[in-house]
Amino acid sequence: MHIPDGFLDAKTWLGATALSGAALYYALKKTQERWEDRQLPALGTMAAFIFAAQMVNFPVGGGTSGHLLGAALATFFLGPWGANVVLTTVLIIQALLFADGGITALGANVLNMAVIGPWVAQGVYSLVGYRNLGGTFLAAWLSIVAAALACSLELAFSGIVPLRLVVPAMLGWHSLIGIGEGLITCGVVIFLKRIGMVPFETLSLEVQKR
Amino acid sequence: MRRVAKRGNWIFLFTALAVAALLSPWASSYPDGLERVAEDQGFLERGEGKEVMKGLIPDYAFPGVKNEKLATALAGIVGTSLTFGAVWGLRLLRVGYGRSRQKGISEKSGGK
Repeated sequence: MHIPDGFLDAKTWLGATALSGAALYYALKKTQERWEDRQLPALGTMAAFIFAAQMVNFPVGGGTSGHLLGAALATFFLGPWGANVVLTTVLIIQALLFADGGITALGANVLNMAVIGPWVAQGVYSLVGYRNLGGTFLAAWLSIVAAALACSLELAFSGIVPLRLVVPAMLGWHSLIGIGEGLITCGVVIFLKRIGMVPFETLSLEVQKR
Repeated sequence: MRRVAKRGNWIFLFTALAVAALLSPWASSYPDGLERVAEDQGFLERGEGKEVMKGLIPDYAFPGVKNEKLATALAGIVGTSLTFGAVWGLRLLRVGYGRSRQKGISEKSGGK
């Protein structure tokens, strides 16, 4: 759901950029407080994986496709602040080098996918914990639907399409895409745990203990 | 424990590159959720010709490579590596912060 240039009007993209700029400033500060140098590779590899996975569109039926967003995945292992930073990096590279997502829409795309997505996932994790695979699926599904809702609101706010049309259409397709997001997220979480990556909750407890 | 995590990072990075090189050329070319809605509701053309910049590797196809699958795979590998490098570059943003903590960090990693 990368918004291209031309969809959003100036007040919307400027407002979204201000919001995501503030969120990102805070996220960078938090990440730097919490993460030590040796944890940087985990941020880098997660960003690299999410970039790669976002290239792999899967069909969801009806001639439409979707791809992994990775907000719930990144939040699972890096926490919401780390996920904000990782996903923003992915979105910036996509916009600057690959013309995927507009330059003016970058702030809105960051807001939807790199700020709202991870925080919605974090909300689910703090309710159901990190141990329950069903909770991981729900976090992934809900992060997509929430990002799609935010995207619809921005489009409607720009006056490009009426709210009552765009919201049900966006939520419909993205609740399908969210199923793919949930399945892939659960699969990658199982894989990463097996190769020795620790969920964020465990990690933050470990850091506190030291 | 730390050693396991370190090996895990290498495996994960390798997996990312493998996904970019081997899976991305076979991605579905159907429109994504937003494109589909824009098409159905008639605002897709509002984005046409509005691109602020083209990007070096538009449409995830490495320029100058004839074979489509190969062009996508190359674009994927370049993008994945650049993303990894960009996050690594965040280190530079934290120079001042790192210095004040340098002692603690070098003590901790000393026992590798």
